[in-house]
Amino acid sequence: MTSPVLVEGLHKTYSGVPAVAGLDLEIHAGEVFALLGPNGAGKTTTVEVLEGFRRRDGGRVEVLGEDPQSAGLDWRQRLGIVLQSSRGLDLLTVREALASTAKVYRQPRDVDEVLEWVGLGEKRDARTASLSGGQRRRLDVGMGIIGRPELLFLDEPTTGFDPRARRDFWALIAGLAGDGTTIVLTTHYLDEAEQLADRVGVIAGGRMLTVDTPAQLGGRHAQEATVSWREDGGVRTLSTAEPTAEVARLAARFGGEVPELVVARPTLEDTYLRLIEPHAVSVERPVVEEVAR
Amino acid sequence: MSLAAIAVDRTVLELKMYFRERESVFFSFLFPVLMLSLFAAVFGDSFRQGGSELSAAQFFLPGMIAGGVMLTSFQTLALSVSMERDDGTLKRLRSTPMPPVAYFLGKVGLVAATSLAQLALLLVVTRLVFDVSLPTEPSAWLTFLWVFLLGVGGGTVLGIAYSTVAGSARSAGAVVIGPLLVLQFISGVYFAYGDIPAWLQQVAALFPLKWVAQGMRSVFYPSAMQTQEVAGSWEHPLTALVLTLWLVAGLVLSARTFSWFKRGSV
Repeated sequence: MTSPVLVEGLHKTYSGVPAVAGLDLEIHAGEVFALLGPNGAGKTTTVEVLEGFRRRDGGRVEVLGEDPQSAGLDWRQRLGIVLQSSRGLDLLTVREALASTAKVYRQPRDVDEVLEWVGLGEKRDARTASLSGGQRRRLDVGMGIIGRPELLFLDEPTTGFDPRARRDFWALIAGLAGDGTTIVLTTHYLDEAEQLADRVGVIAGGRMLTVDTPAQLGGRHAQEATVSWREDGGVRTLSTAEPTAEVARLAARFGGEVPELVVARPTLEDTYLRLIEPHAVSVERPVVEEVAR
Repeated sequence: MSLAAIAVDRTVLELKMYFRERESVFFSFLFPVLMLSLFAAVFGDSFRQGGSELSAAQFFLPGMIAGGVMLTSFQTLALSVSMERDDGTLKRLRSTPMPPVAYFLGKVGLVAATSLAQLALLLVVTRLVFDVSLPTEPSAWLTFLWVFLLGVGGGTVLGIAYSTVAGSARSAGAVVIGPLLVLQFISGVYFAYGDIPAWLQQVAALFPLKWVAQGMRSVFYPSAMQTQEVAGSWEHPLTALVLTLWLVAGLVLSARTFSWFKRGSV
């Protein structure tokens, strides 16, 4: 089976300024792939090229076996896109919005089943204007999956959610992924990528810095762990490659519970920030400021 | 689903949205009949007592039909398309396998349904409430047909083209409603065209509304009244020419400028 997304040496320049400069990417069938990267890194441009909204200047791009630049409506039958903006449709009811979207697909899912699935069954006759941010986003996902897409793009799906809504949303996406839909997720939330993604790609400076599983990104699994506890009225911390042995030693010394014991690995966020740090400086900070330091 | 079925679905959706929005119902659908009723109530028979052949309702009917044509076509589309571009609706539609032409057919269906319903309402109210007799000769209704079709068609494509000028939804209201209101005042919708200063008449003559209004007067006024027109006649050939030119210009402009994406976003 060929990969649903295949990108080689993608280039895109805006009035002389390169936004994407030689980006490679391969997304496997059935996986959830998270694209991370700071603002201005080329993330949005890349996704919009994949979605067929933007023309590229160079490189090879294949999405579901076709070039998005020349692919037609048959190609869009197999695609689901949940855009970043979540406005419009105010005057329609939830069911009307979903049903009208279903009509343009050849083999849509059942509208009422999807409504139940995204948790909007009770809101079916409510105007979309009356939905909360989280509910509105679930409607967007409903519209994105109503056509049984093989590949689903989710662009910053949980921005502005409260923690509860975000957990519910994650469960919804995990369910979709379990059905074999390939999902491309862009997000600024590292915990979201860690929760949902099989693999994570970090984009900075218009290139793919690294691609790995969330647990192994940037050698995260091999890095030293931090062990901390309370002793003599202060918090003591040490880094170690053998946290289990260290905890055993502490337990023996305290003769039981170690007060406020914490064992931590570098979070995905720590690793991510370390990865993009050099690029953030070279790409975004003006030269003058560097000289002034 | 076939294109036709999708287009019908889009039309139904457009009509639902149109009639659920109080502003559009009031300011584009009901406005002409409300204004006509208001003028007829205020002026009553005073026009006749002043020596006119026409009652106030009869006098204002052609102008209100012409104004209504521009409201339901041009104003409705310029506002709705610019808003849908601004709030991302157009981009979302473009991301689905909906044939793009279905969107435009839905808009055409909306304009056709609302302008016909508005016309019917205007005619029924003038006939039944204000006791104005309507023309019976087929030739008058034939004239009506082509003026109405050219007016609505031109307003539709020009509204879609103008949506690009209107820009963001926040500014669209002022940019669309303002100029159209001025145009209504100088094109013989609210005042007799002959009472307007010559230079304003010439400005108005550049735009389609003046010609739709004049064409409608030729349908609903006694034919003897054409001597009171500025040109001394109904100018049917020139009317057809100007309206056709605007229709073609609107088609070309809307085809060349239409975008599914907000400016600067893609």
